[in-house]
Amino acid sequence: MAGYSYSRPRRSITLTVLLGFLLVYSVLPLTWLLFSITKDQPDLLGSFGLWFGEGFALFDNLGQVFTYDGGIFSRWFLNTLVYVVVGAGGATLLATAGGYGLAKYRFRGRNAVFAVVLGAIAVPGTALAVPTFLLFSQLGLTNTMWAIILPSLVSPFGLYLMWVFAAEAVPTELLEAARVDGASELRTFFTISLRLLVPGIVTVALFAIVATWNNYFLPLIMLNDPNLYPLTLGLYRWLADASGIGAAPVFHLVITGAFLTIVPIVVVFLVLQRYWQSGLSTGSVKQ
Amino acid sequence: MSAAPPIPRPRRGGRLSARVSRAGAGFVTPFLVAFALVFVAPLAYSLYLSLFRTQLVGGTRFVGLDNYAAVFVDPKFWDGALRVMLFLAVQVPVMLAIALVAALAIDSGRLHGRRLFRIGLFLPYAVPGVVAAMMWGFMYSDRVGLTGSLNDLAGFELLVPYTKQWLLVSIGNIVTWEFVGYNMLILYSALKTVPAETYEAAAIDGAGQFRIVRHIKLPAVRGALVIATVFSIIGSFQLFNEPQILKGLVPNLIPTSYTPNIYAYTLSFQGNQVSYAATVAIVMGVITAGIAYLVQLRGMRRDS
Repeated sequence: MAGYSYSRPRRSITLTVLLGFLLVYSVLPLTWLLFSITKDQPDLLGSFGLWFGEGFALFDNLGQVFTYDGGIFSRWFLNTLVYVVVGAGGATLLATAGGYGLAKYRFRGRNAVFAVVLGAIAVPGTALAVPTFLLFSQLGLTNTMWAIILPSLVSPFGLYLMWVFAAEAVPTELLEAARVDGASELRTFFTISLRLLVPGIVTVALFAIVATWNNYFLPLIMLNDPNLYPLTLGLYRWLADASGIGAAPVFHLVITGAFLTIVPIVVVFLVLQRYWQSGLSTGSVKQ
Repeated sequence: MSAAPPIPRPRRGGRLSARVSRAGAGFVTPFLVAFALVFVAPLAYSLYLSLFRTQLVGGTRFVGLDNYAAVFVDPKFWDGALRVMLFLAVQVPVMLAIALVAALAIDSGRLHGRRLFRIGLFLPYAVPGVVAAMMWGFMYSDRVGLTGSLNDLAGFELLVPYTKQWLLVSIGNIVTWEFVGYNMLILYSALKTVPAETYEAAAIDGAGQFRIVRHIKLPAVRGALVIATVFSIIGSFQLFNEPQILKGLVPNLIPTSYTPNIYAYTLSFQGNQVSYAATVAIVMGVITAGIAYLVQLRGMRRDS
C-alpha cells in the first residue's frame, strides 16, 4: 500500500474536488437510472431526469417487467444464469487447469502454447464472432445454447492470469515433495495446489462472469429464438420494439429491465472487490 | 509481456519425468481442445471462405485473393476503418490521460475518501456495455433525457449529441465512461508495486511531489500503460455495441458501414455475403493485431 512513511501527505481539498467531478461523471448515468425506474412512461418523457416525476411507479414497473410479453424477462434472467454458470464456470475450470499445467510443468510444445495464447489475447473478440457464426452454422449449432456457451469457455486472458498466479502461488518444492511421497499429479492438484490457487481462481472467475453476463455481440448473431436470449439481447429487443415505427411505448420497461440487469453483477463486484483488485495487480506486476 | 516464466528442470530423469510431463500436458489439453474449436477452427474456416465468392448466377467459385483486392478498394470499408482510426486517435489518449491522473491522485494519498473514489470510478466497468449505451442513449435524447433539459436551461442548442458532427464524440463519451475506471485500476495497481523505500529515499534527497511523479511514478506505470493502450486499440477497432445500440434509437443517423465490424455484421446477416464478410473480418483483425504489436514494440523499447 502507498502509506508512505516519509511523510503522511496532507489531504488536499482541491484535488478531492477535481477528482470529485470525475466521480460525478461516473455515477451520473446510474443516478439517472435510479430516478428513472420510479417513473411511468409519461413521466419519463415529461419530467427532469435527475429528480422524481409526478408519481412513484417503481413497483408497477417491476411488476410489469416480469409480466410483459408473457413474462419472458424471467426466462432471459434464467438463460443468463445458465450462460454464466456453465460458460464462465467452464472457462474458469479450463483456465485454472491450463494455467497451472503451464506454470508448473515442462513438456513439449509449452513455449508454442505460450506464444499462441498471447497472440490470441490480441485477436479482437468480435472479429472472431462472425467467423465463429459461419462455422457454427455449418455445424448446426446456431440458435442453440451451445452457440453461446462454447465460445465462452475459452478465455486466453484468464489462462494468462492463472499462469502468472500459479507460478508464484504454488511452490515447486511442495510438488516435488508430494511426488517423492508417491502421490499422483492429479491428487496433488486437488489436495494441495487447488487450495493455494483460490484467490487466482476467484479473480479469473470474476472476469469470466462479467464477460458472460455482459455478452451481447455473440448472442446477437447466434440466436433467433427469443426464448434463448440473455438479458442484454432481450433488453435490446424491447428497445427496438419501443423505437421502431408503430412502437409499443415500453421505455419504462427497458429502463427498469436495465436496472435489474445491472444489480446482480454490481453486487458480485462489491462483494468480491478484494479479489479484482489483487487480480489486476497480479496481471500488472508481471507484464 | 515477457517470455514464459522459467521452470526448474526436474532433477530426476527417466520414467518419473516422462510421467510428470505427460500429466502437465494433460492439464493443458482441455483448454487447447476448446481453443482449437472456438479460436483456430473459425479463423481457418473464414480464411478458407475468403477465397471464394458466391453469386446468384454461377454459384460458389474459387476466386483466390479477389475478395482481398475488393476490400482494399471498397469505400464503405475505408469509411468505417478511417472512422475507428480517428476515434482511436482521440478517444484513447483522452481516456488514458484521465485514468492516469485519477490513478496518480488516488495513489498520492491526498484525497478525502480514497476508497469511495476507487470503487465509484470502477463501477461503470461492471455495467454491461449494452446497458451503458442504452442509458447514455436515453440521456442524449431530447424527449427522455437530460440533453433537452440542459438545452432549455441554456436557452439554445448547447448539446446536440445526435447530429452527424457530434455522433462520434457521443460514442466516445460512452466508451470513455465504461473503461476509464478499469484503466485507472490497472495503472493504480502498477503504482502500488513501487516499494515504499523508493519514496523514502526520494524524500531524503528532497524530491518534491512533481519530481516523484516524473521520475518514479511515471516510469513505474509505463509497462501497464502500454498494456492498457494495446487493449484500448483492440477495443476501438472492434467498435460495435455502442453505435449498434444507438442505431436502435436513431436509425437514420448511423449507416451500415459506420464501423468495420458493423459492416461485416451487415454483410453476413443482411447481405448474405459471407465470403466478403469473412474477408473484412480478417483484414480488420490483421490491421488491429499489426498496430497493437507495433505499439507494444515501441512501448517496450523505450523501456530499456
